Amino acid sequence: MTFAEQFPIVFEALNIGFLQTLKLFAVTLLGAIPLGLIISFGSMSRFKPLSGVVKTFVWIIRGTPLMLQLLIIYYLPGIAFGNPIWGSGEAGRFVASAVAFIINYACYFSEIYRGGIQGVPVGQQEAGQVLGMSKKQIFFKVTLLQMVKRIVPPMSNEIITLVKDTSLARIIALQEVIWAGQAFLKGSQGIAGQLWPLFFTGVYYLAFSGILTVLFNKVEKKLSYFKI
Amino acid sequence: MSLLEVKNIRKSFGKTEVLKGIDFSMEKGDVVAIIGSSGSGKTTLLRCLNFLETPDVGTISLNGKAIFDAESHTKTSDEEIRQNRLHFGLVFQSFNLFPQYNVKRNLTLAAELLETEKIKKGTSQYKSKKEAVEAISKNADVLLSEVGLSEKALAYPCELSGGQQQRVAIARALALEPDVLCFDEPTSALDPELTGEVLKVIRELKNAGKTMIVVTHEMEFAKNVSDTIIYMADGVIEEAGAPEELFENPKSDKLKAFLKSSFEKI
Repeated sequence: MTFAEQFPIVFEALNIGFLQTLKLFAVTLLGAIPLGLIISFGSMSRFKPLSGVVKTFVWIIRGTPLMLQLLIIYYLPGIAFGNPIWGSGEAGRFVASAVAFIINYACYFSEIYRGGIQGVPVGQQEAGQVLGMSKKQIFFKVTLLQMVKRIVPPMSNEIITLVKDTSLARIIALQEVIWAGQAFLKGSQGIAGQLWPLFFTGVYYLAFSGILTVLFNKVEKKLSYFKI
Repeated sequence: MSLLEVKNIRKSFGKTEVLKGIDFSMEKGDVVAIIGSSGSGKTTLLRCLNFLETPDVGTISLNGKAIFDAESHTKTSDEEIRQNRLHFGLVFQSFNLFPQYNVKRNLTLAAELLETEKIKKGTSQYKSKKEAVEAISKNADVLLSEVGLSEKALAYPCELSGGQQQRVAIARALALEPDVLCFDEPTSALDPELTGEVLKVIRELKNAGKTMIVVTHEMEFAKNVSDTIIYMADGVIEEAGAPEELFENPKSDKLKAFLKSSFEKI
């Protein structure tokens, strides 16, 4: 088969794989952004037992490889408890991957949020207080935007890392874009021993992280009218 | 009847007693300067008046009405504390302007939020939000011209000098028309050449009859602008009186030593 004949077949397979990548990316963000906020409140709690438990949890998640967490979350229910809750199909692998990614990224996000919240000078809150604002008004009208400005650069870093980290789900055979490219090395749809589809997956990552970089730069620029 | 009456205010942080029973009162239109070395409790006293700290003991009355009583304070709702705060304005040492809003918005934000709440409750003097916004905006323009910053209305705090920022902060505090305006070392964070413009604004406020409490290290200014000077040391009012009296005829040894070292620097 010539390259010209291979290309449409590979392109279609990679598109399907990349759709799975995108889905995992989007679901992870949707879950981890709010969960991270809850975890950050937990780790900042004045109730010591709670903050202790949350901080230990964050340490464990940030201190071990995401790949290991993926394997444990996917296999543990079936092997240890005889209850393979995820099922064996692609849908089950996706849910297991999403759970692992959400937990992992929520822990990283929580630390970024914590920095953002604690970074707003206490004087801002006090200025709101002496002007008779309620706690709610102070949070939404005074501190929130300053927090957002603080966390945009570290968040964009993490989110761009997430684009590439989704490939780790390959370890539990999630059919994302790397899996799709690798199929043509092993042999699929009459194409075997081809390395270029795997290289070509890099183009997807580059393009997508390029788009995100432009997007985040826009957000940063939009918030550059004030200094904190 | 005094406008403000503070009785036996005590405040501890952990085991350190910062305020050890503060009593003073002031009349409407009075300017009180509080002087004293660092750690004497001046700032804590000001923060107690603005309810940023809660005194452990004591009462604060305004126009004869108790707005704070340490004994019943736990029963005071957040809402009441918010209302009581509005009797006082506070200008911070570090300005604390809201960086994401332009100068004018810094002045109008809190007032608009308050009026919107009042309109909902039906206690506002304005019939509609639009009317309130217009009046607040007009008031902000007047205040900005008073502090000499009309042309900076649309600038952001990061585009202003320290002196200009502090003048905006003063206008912002005035926008809510507090009964007593407090200043916490308003010129300490400024370069020496910028203190003059801020002190000038405070002096003009005195001439306009505003009731003010100024915590300051500027001895000359304290002497010239205040009706009463309170000298604090180690959490108590060591000595208080008219400026000439206090500066020329100090009675306590601590004040003598403090004045000596303060004027030596100059």
